[in-house]
Amino acid sequence: MARLGGAVLVLWLVATVTFFAMRLVPGDPAEAVLGGPGSQTSPEALAAVRAQYGLDQPLPVQYVAELGRLVTGDLGRSYALRVPVAPLLLGQLGGTLLLAVLSLLLAWLFAIGLALFSTRAGRWGRMLGSGLEIGAAALPHFWLASALIVVFSSWLGVLPPVSTPGPAGLVLPVLTLAIPLAGFLGQLMRESMLTALEAPFVVSARARGESEGGIRRVHVLRHASLPGISLSGWAFGSLISGAVVVETIFARPGLGRTLLNAVTVRDVPVVIGVVLFVAAAYILMTLLTDVAQRIADPRLRRA
Amino acid sequence: MTGARADAGAPALLVRGLSVGFGSKPGRDPLVDDVSLEVAPGECLAIVGESGSGKSLTARSLLGLAGTGSWLHADELSVGGTSVLGLSENAWRRRRGRDVGLVLQDALVSLDPLRPIGREIGDTLRLHTNLSAAARARRVLELLAEVGLPDGELRAGQRSGELSGGQRQRALIASAIALRPPLLIADEPTTALDVTVQARILDLFEALLHAGTALVLISHDLAVVSRIADRVAVMSGGRIVETGTTRALLDDPRHDETRRMIAAVPAGQPRGARLSAQDRPNRPAPGVVPGAVPAAVPAVADRVVLEASGLVKSFRMPDRSRLFAVNDVSFTLDRGTTLGIVGESGSGKTTLARLLLALESPDAGEVRVLGETWTGITERARRPMRPALGAVYQDALASFDPRLTVGAVLRDAAGSADRSVELLDRVGLGAAVLGRRPLELSGGQRQRVGIARALAKRPQVLICDEPVSALDMTVQAQVLDLLDELQRDLGLSLVFISHDLGVVQHVSDRIVVIENGSVVETGPTEQVFAAPAHPYTRRLLDAVPRLPAP
Repeated sequence: MARLGGAVLVLWLVATVTFFAMRLVPGDPAEAVLGGPGSQTSPEALAAVRAQYGLDQPLPVQYVAELGRLVTGDLGRSYALRVPVAPLLLGQLGGTLLLAVLSLLLAWLFAIGLALFSTRAGRWGRMLGSGLEIGAAALPHFWLASALIVVFSSWLGVLPPVSTPGPAGLVLPVLTLAIPLAGFLGQLMRESMLTALEAPFVVSARARGESEGGIRRVHVLRHASLPGISLSGWAFGSLISGAVVVETIFARPGLGRTLLNAVTVRDVPVVIGVVLFVAAAYILMTLLTDVAQRIADPRLRRA
Repeated sequence: MTGARADAGAPALLVRGLSVGFGSKPGRDPLVDDVSLEVAPGECLAIVGESGSGKSLTARSLLGLAGTGSWLHADELSVGGTSVLGLSENAWRRRRGRDVGLVLQDALVSLDPLRPIGREIGDTLRLHTNLSAAARARRVLELLAEVGLPDGELRAGQRSGELSGGQRQRALIASAIALRPPLLIADEPTTALDVTVQARILDLFEALLHAGTALVLISHDLAVVSRIADRVAVMSGGRIVETGTTRALLDDPRHDETRRMIAAVPAGQPRGARLSAQDRPNRPAPGVVPGAVPAAVPAVADRVVLEASGLVKSFRMPDRSRLFAVNDVSFTLDRGTTLGIVGESGSGKTTLARLLLALESPDAGEVRVLGETWTGITERARRPMRPALGAVYQDALASFDPRLTVGAVLRDAAGSADRSVELLDRVGLGAAVLGRRPLELSGGQRQRVGIARALAKRPQVLICDEPVSALDMTVQAQVLDLLDELQRDLGLSLVFISHDLGVVQHVSDRIVVIENGSVVETGPTEQVFAAPAHPYTRRLLDAVPRLPAP
C-alpha cells in the first residue's frame, strides 16, 4: 500500500517536473503544432493554435488542466503528429523494453562469466579481468555503437549497420547497451565473490570435499550476485536512457527515439507521456528487483 | 573403502616433521615448524596455543587446506594408515568429508547463511555417495537427531541465522560427521558459545570419541579441552613446545608457555591473585596478597557509588509482543569494589550496561551515580557528571575509528598529548603505540587502549561489558590483572559484565546472576560459588571450564 502511494507520488513528481521543464525552455509549443520551430507561420495561425490547445491560459491553469487529463488516463494528442499519445507510445514501448531487457540479461551473463574467469585464473587473469571491466564500464554508448558498426558492418559485413526488423538487427544495439553495464556489474560481482571465497563457510564446504566449481556454483555465486541484483533496478533505468542514444544511432524505432524527436520539436504531450512510461517501467522493475532479492537472500524474508 | 584405510591398529593420524608456510620459497619462514603428532582411534588430542601460534594452520594442513600460496613439507603425513602426502587436489577432495571432517568456530558464518542447514549437511552425502535426494533427506534427519537437534524436519529447513549458537554448532558438527569420518578436526568449536552450551557441545564430542572417532581439538583455552582431551600438545611460535597426557601436563608442566596457559585459567583463582606471569616492564609488581581486600573502606555515607533500583527495559518484538530485556533489576556498587554481572547471551546484560551508562532510558526504575539522580534527566543535565563513569567494551576494534591513530583517540578523550602518554603508561603500553592505528595493534593492546580511553576523564566507576571475551586466555589474564591493578591504585569501582562465570568469580567481590532479564541470585562471590541457591546458578557453575583438581 505504501509502495503504491510512493509510485503515484513518483509519477506525479515526474509529470510536474517534465511539464515545467518543457515550458521553461525558450520557444513556443504552438510552433510545434504548425510544423516545428523555424517554419514560416503567421501570427494569426499561431494565436488560433494557442487558443485551441489552451496555451493562452496562465501556466498554473494549464498545469492543473494537464494533471486533470493525466489522472483520467488521457495522455492527450501529439502536437506534431496529430495522433493520440497513448496508442503512439504503446506501439513504441515493446521495442524499447525488448532492447532493455535483453541488454540486462546479456550484461548479467557477461558479468558472471567475467567474474568466474577472473577469480579463478591467477594473478594475470585477475588483472586482465579487472582491466576489461573498468574498460567496458568506461565506454560511452555512442562511441561503442560506432565502433561496433565499423567492425561488424563495414569490415566484416556480418551485421546490418541499422536496426532491421528481426534478430540480426538487435545484436549490435543490445551489445552496445550490455557491454558497459557488464563491466560495471562484473566489478561488483568480482569484489563480492572474492569476499565470499574467503568466508568460513567456503572452508567448511571444501572440508566436505566440494570442488572449486561446486563451491562457486552452490555457494559463492549466490552471495556474489546480491549487490548486483539490488542495483538491477537502477541499471534498468540507465538502460532506458541509453536507449535514447542507441535507438537514434541505429535508427531503431522505440521510445528513446520518439522522446528525442518530441523534445526537439517541443511536443509536450509526447515528452510527458514518454517520461511517465519510463518512470512506470522503472518502478515496476524496482519491485521486481525486490522480489528477486528476497528469492536470492532468504534472510530478507524474515525482516 | 580402501584396504589400507581399514588397517587395524594404524593410528587415525600420524604426522612427522610437518612444516607449512607461505611464500615462493618452500622452507623459508615456516608458520608451522617441524610438528609431529599421533592420534589413535577413539583418542582426543588437544592442540592449545595463542592466536598466531600456528594451530589453525596445522589443523587445515591435515585436510590439505593450508590455502593458496602455501607450501607444505612433511616426513610423514598419513590419515588412517594411508599417506596423504603429495595428493592431487582431486584425490584430496575425495578424502575430505569422508576420511576426515572439519568443524570450525562460529557456525553462523561457517555454514552458508543463504542455505538451509539440511542442504549443507546433505552436501557431504551428495558429494561422496550415490544416495537419492530422498535418502539423503532421511539421513539428514537422523544426523540432526544424533547431534541433539530435535524437530529435525523444522530445523533442516532453517538457515544458520535462524538458529541459536548452540543449535547451529550442532548442525555444523552433523555436516562434518555425516559420513562417519574416522578422524575429526575441530578448530575452536566452542569458542564464542555460552559455558552451558559449550559443555553440551563437549558432551557431543565425547560421545563421538566413545564411538571410536579420533578427535583433534584446537583451542586457546586449556580448561575447556582438559575436560575431554586424552593428550595435549602446546603450540607456540609454530612449534609444539610440550606434549603429554592431559593429567601429566597439568600436574607437571615443563615449558613456560604451558605454565602461562595453566596460570591464565581464572576459575578458582582467588580474588587479586595474578593470572599472567609477566610483570609490567616499567614498574615493580605490586606486593599483592592473594585474597586481600582492596582499598580501605571509606565512610559509609559515600560508600555506594552506583545504585540501580527496579530497572525495567522492554522492546517491542516484530509480532507486537514485548520482550523484557531487563526486568526489575536492583543492586548497589560499593566504592573500590567489583560487582560481577553474569548471565548467558540474550539474558539482558548488555541492555543493562546501556541503562547504567544512560545510553538508553529505562521504562521504570532509576540509576543513581555518586548519590545523584542519573536517569530521567536531560542529557544536558547529565553531561557534567559523565566523567564519573567510564566504559570498556568487548570489541575494542569496533569502538575505535579505524582511521585515527591511538594518539588521536586518546588526545580526543583526554584533551592533551601529555596525558595520553601518561594513560598509555598507566595501562602498560609505551608511547610507541601513539602513532599506530587500531588495526595495527594486537587484541590485547587494543583492549588496553580501550581501557586507557575509559580512564581519560578520571572516572570513579568503570562499566566493563565483556571486556575480555574476545581475547586469548593468556591475553585475557593480562587484561584482568591490569584491571585489578588499576582498581587497587586508583580506587576504581567496577561493574564487570560477562558470560564467563570463571572470570567473574575471579574478579568480583559481589555477584549478580541474571536470567532472561531478571536477577535470580545475588550475594558475595564466595557465598554464591560455595552455596548457589538458584538452579540456574548451579547450572552455570557446573559448566564453568576449570582445570581438574590435582
